[in-house]
Amino acid sequence: MDILGKRYWYFLLSLALIIPGLAAMGVWGLPLAIDFTGGSLLEVQFGSGQAPPPAEVTALYEQEFDITNTRVQTSGADVLIVRSPFIEEATRAEIVRAMEARFGGPVTLKRFDSVGPTIGQEVAARAALAVGVAALAVVVYIYFAFRGLPHALRYGVCAIIAMIHDVAVVLSLGAIGGHFFGWQIDSLFLTATLTVVGFSVQDKIVVFDRIRENSRIYRRLPFEFLANHSIVQTLQRSINTQLMTVQFLLLALALFGGVTLREFAITLVVGLLSGTYSSIFIAAPILVVWEKREWTRWFGRRAEAAA
Amino acid sequence: MQQRFLNWLIVIVVALAISIYVVLPTSHLVFTLGNQTIDRSQFRQGLDLQGGIQVLLEADLPAGTNINAVAMETAKRIVEQRVNGLGVAEPTIQTQGERRDRIVVELPGFTDPEQAIATIRQTGLLEFVIIPTGELPPAEGAVIQTYCPVVTQVDCGNPAQTPAPASTEATTDTLPAKTYVTLMTGAALQDATVGADELGNPLINFTLTGDGNRIFGAFTSAHIGDYLAIVLDKTVISAPVIQAAITDRGQISGNFTIDSANQLALQLRYGSLPVPLKVVESRVIGPSLGQDSLNRSLMAGAIGMTVVVLFMLLYYRLPGLIAVLAILTYGLITLALFKLIPVTLSLAGIAGFLLSTGSALDANILIFERLKEELRNGRSLRAALAPAWQRAWPSIRDSNIAAVIICLILYWFGSAFGASIVQGFAVTLFVGVLISLFCALVVTRTFLTATVEWFHGVEERPAWFGV
Repeated sequence: MDILGKRYWYFLLSLALIIPGLAAMGVWGLPLAIDFTGGSLLEVQFGSGQAPPPAEVTALYEQEFDITNTRVQTSGADVLIVRSPFIEEATRAEIVRAMEARFGGPVTLKRFDSVGPTIGQEVAARAALAVGVAALAVVVYIYFAFRGLPHALRYGVCAIIAMIHDVAVVLSLGAIGGHFFGWQIDSLFLTATLTVVGFSVQDKIVVFDRIRENSRIYRRLPFEFLANHSIVQTLQRSINTQLMTVQFLLLALALFGGVTLREFAITLVVGLLSGTYSSIFIAAPILVVWEKREWTRWFGRRAEAAA
Repeated sequence: MQQRFLNWLIVIVVALAISIYVVLPTSHLVFTLGNQTIDRSQFRQGLDLQGGIQVLLEADLPAGTNINAVAMETAKRIVEQRVNGLGVAEPTIQTQGERRDRIVVELPGFTDPEQAIATIRQTGLLEFVIIPTGELPPAEGAVIQTYCPVVTQVDCGNPAQTPAPASTEATTDTLPAKTYVTLMTGAALQDATVGADELGNPLINFTLTGDGNRIFGAFTSAHIGDYLAIVLDKTVISAPVIQAAITDRGQISGNFTIDSANQLALQLRYGSLPVPLKVVESRVIGPSLGQDSLNRSLMAGAIGMTVVVLFMLLYYRLPGLIAVLAILTYGLITLALFKLIPVTLSLAGIAGFLLSTGSALDANILIFERLKEELRNGRSLRAALAPAWQRAWPSIRDSNIAAVIICLILYWFGSAFGASIVQGFAVTLFVGVLISLFCALVVTRTFLTATVEWFHGVEERPAWFGV
């Protein structure tokens, strides 16, 4: 089975997924939730059939509290989610009372998050920094673990490139989901991203381990053949692990979990799938491209390589 | 070999038995360590699962101001005291942030955010209140009305915190009977420390500022034998008798223990918070939402695991059964540790657990795929076990070490910067990965060896191993 021969097609496929995602991010922006931008989120449950239309809630915020820029969303039966600029707990209590007065019936508070603007930005910046430092540490560790091989550093770098690929896929999904389905990049999304990062790195190491083992056994084989053989040998494991962790466990979460968990599970399904995909179709092919220094021939033979 | 795997088998069975006992919801796990009682009967659930309130307070000082660590610590203790008044079972109060200038308060299961935030944010007004001659003071802990006349010329805090009549013409005659007049506020105190009398009983020494000196001296010399109440946030914390005229420095004696004296000295010194705090983040999660999330993820987990078990049995057959037992062992030990440590289980924590379950499964799959390869190469089952395991090990080791490195860095960032989600994820993943390494290293291997040693028929049936 020749997997690596078509490597440029895989790169093309990944680009075809990521570039529209990045474009979506550029045009629509990432739908950052209040966890990162600051602001308030109020989720309230109305009595059966008593939830008012969103426009009336917006009107209530504006008329009685002079709060503009609210976004109201229905979530399940009789549940409304209102996102607004930062408000204090005291205001929140008044708003709920005003809702009860205006729309009737008891209004139950399900969730109220209020995040000051500076806090939000800090969390986002620090999470990004944490992932960055973790990635650097992983490169160092892989370099150490593969030190017996020529060009050990490449393995670490390729693993991280593939990991960035997976994060890009997840963020693209977030941007597109945000635009079409009203998804929000919140702290749960951050958790999903961390999970994808962890899984991705583990998966890369398993595939690289086989290359490490084979290059001790078959010293004379060309690297591309060796890498291809290693991928084929680990293919069954890749598929099974992917099935176990992702498809079975997470699809169940996506299908049976609640609304908040559904976004989380779908993000994980896509991200972890990308994690397995990028081990085979991104990380290992880049190793081969690097080994053969193929970029020196890209411009003369591009048509041939892509064909 | 025989002896070693038997030893391991015993270790595994014992660990399993303990874990099952710990995980069972009916187990009564209460330990006593010194004078502390530790209850581990229930899993510690994060706010997002059991509902509750989280408030993040930040020192409200101009940027660039140096944060005094002692003052922050004191502020934390004052907040802690106030929170304890709410009667929440297991509140958490921690300082956080790079500059340690934040205090995070978590009130699991508490449902009244208005009360919680009002309690935490009260500014803490310390007053010395005049008890009219001949009257007995209100009991300690009683809540009283006070009135702070401007004539005392000692700051009574900003008007918003003084609910008494604001009119400067108001005199004691026109006030309701239960309202006491404030002599001066905590601002008149320079310092308060704990000391001891000749008999070694704890008492409190305090010194006064210039203003305080003048007011207190004049008042106490005229009222020897009367009571004077010390009131914090309208609650009487102590009501000693004036025994002598007090100028410059004085003593409060009473029925103190070292602890209560320390506490009072602290309140006298910092009655109002030593650092102004503002709420920068608050989260309120209704109990129904948390319960709903928990139930749904539990159900999804059960369905997912059932499918995994079926797949493992169908695809890997006998080793599949071993893997299922190994994963079960992994799951039980990990959950038992979560309960004992205790690890707070939030949605992020569950994600970490899920990921480590994935890597525990992966370790088994790696071993079995290698086993199949060795069997296909014509080795006997007995001969295939050791090389299969040896070849799978480096990949299991390296991938899990990488995961551990990620955990440590995420945990460090999470705790240093107060990103509790990142931290919760890192902790469960870390515990899970360590146990999954143990399971790959010991449990799967021991179970496999046991099968080969005890069931001699399996040697002739490679189909049982999916070959």
